[in-house]
Amino acid sequence: MTDLSHTFSAAADKPLLQVKNLTKSYGARIGCADISFDVYPGEVLGIVGESGSGKSTLLSCLAGHMRPDQGEVIFETANGARDTVQMGEAERRRLARTDWAYVHQNPRDGLRMGVSAGGNVGERLMAIGARHYGGIRDKAIDWLGRVEIDAGRVDDRPSAFSGGMQQRLQIARNLVTAPRLVFMDEPTGGLDVSVQARLLDLLRGLVREMGLSAIIVTHDLAVVRLLADRLMVMKGGHVVEAGLTDQVLDDPQHEYTQLLVSSVLQV
Amino acid sequence: MTDQAYNFAYLDEDTKRMIRRAILKGVAVPGYQVPFASREMPMPYGWGTGGVQVTAACLTPDDVLKVIDQGADDTTNAVSIRKFFVATAGVAVTEATADATIIQTRHRIPEAVLTAGQILVYQVPIPEPLRFLEPRETETRKMHELEEYGLMHVKLYEDIAKHGQIATSYAYPVRVEGRYVMDPSPIPKFDNPKLSGSAALQLFGAGREQRIYAVPPFTHVVSLDFDDHPFSPSKANHACDLCASNISYLDEVITDDQGGRMFVCSDTDYCASRRAAGHVGALGAPMATEKAAE
Repeated sequence: MTDLSHTFSAAADKPLLQVKNLTKSYGARIGCADISFDVYPGEVLGIVGESGSGKSTLLSCLAGHMRPDQGEVIFETANGARDTVQMGEAERRRLARTDWAYVHQNPRDGLRMGVSAGGNVGERLMAIGARHYGGIRDKAIDWLGRVEIDAGRVDDRPSAFSGGMQQRLQIARNLVTAPRLVFMDEPTGGLDVSVQARLLDLLRGLVREMGLSAIIVTHDLAVVRLLADRLMVMKGGHVVEAGLTDQVLDDPQHEYTQLLVSSVLQV
Repeated sequence: MTDQAYNFAYLDEDTKRMIRRAILKGVAVPGYQVPFASREMPMPYGWGTGGVQVTAACLTPDDVLKVIDQGADDTTNAVSIRKFFVATAGVAVTEATADATIIQTRHRIPEAVLTAGQILVYQVPIPEPLRFLEPRETETRKMHELEEYGLMHVKLYEDIAKHGQIATSYAYPVRVEGRYVMDPSPIPKFDNPKLSGSAALQLFGAGREQRIYAVPPFTHVVSLDFDDHPFSPSKANHACDLCASNISYLDEVITDDQGGRMFVCSDTDYCASRRAAGHVGALGAPMATEKAAE
């Protein structure tokens, strides 16, 4: 797996995120166990697996929402590589609102439903010290445009938006501060297929345009096929297969991956 | 004998010690909300149970107490709290701001400049400025701890987006000494500038929420704003109809159902002393003739 990542991103010399032997258990139950991988700048990593396979646990540990029992999560900050598990909470939360972004599966978890769309997008700007109303508003409108929300809706609350719009708003809110690493937990879950397709198209454009690195957790193989450069397949808290997305999906080696690939419904 | 069986100023000594400790901690860390074990008071929540406990913990037999409610000395809340302390502490009371050593207030700062040695006690309904933006107390505590105050500006942003200006007119959030963001209790934002650099000690008591916080004398207090929408204290664009003051905070009083109204100072002591000094507003009569009519 490590070999593959090196061949893929030979251009990017240093990994943005290095995960080493990450383990998290819930009492006697394993959340995820002994997981190691690297993410290079500009790379999109997909994590797939069935429900309960530990994908979301892994993502929460990476994003600092949960503390892993063991292992290191080394992020290349502006001031050099730092283990985010060991760093203080203040610093980790600062990372979470500057260099990182987290897109929740349910936009209601990631948005402030009582605050207008503009305020939602502006919150991250204000959190890092923006104090010019006009500037914040212009940037919010610009980002609404980028995620294909009409500028006239800038003062509407997210509760007046459709599910797809809410998800796009959440993405705008997360990307407005130009993070370097985006965590996405089932970004297309709960949306109908045509909206999913548009959202994926949009995400793919933004990720490529901004040169973002992303870690996308999903159980939808189509999503990773479209977005991810590399793929990890998880089962029972362990990574059972990893490699380039097309390679894993077209030539699955592990029996669970084979099952997963063959289970996709064809229309 | 029974005199000895009761404590001065209602509270028992253990409670007083506990509250004084909270006050000292609050003074040491300006703007920080200190939790304290608020007691039941013989009045309902919302009537100033927090303020009464802070006042009771600060009172000494030599103190002169003034109680105001929305600036007025003669409203129900002010009168009943004043009577309460006359009965339980036997302290002298006054309506004159300059004569008082402790002033308990609800929703106003007196117009007269406070001096060194005076204590201003605020009654606070909701001490947490972030409460309506972030309902989780665990999260707001964390935000205070880590100085994550971006959310406070989201509220001001929403104001401007909706109303074209910062429409928050009371309980306007402030930052104390460059550190803690604080709810100055529901005083009009007209009073916000008086918070900063005051010679008096300012104590805030929230009984239901069990929090005490403080702004020590000569503390720098800044009202939050945007670069392109600076903070501006506002008042009705009018002069007092009784004392002709142009600079005091005004209440609008509806006088009939034909649209008749008048503007009067909300600080009754300020207004009365100006009238006694001979100032007469548009709808006022000179104080001497009023006295004669009685």
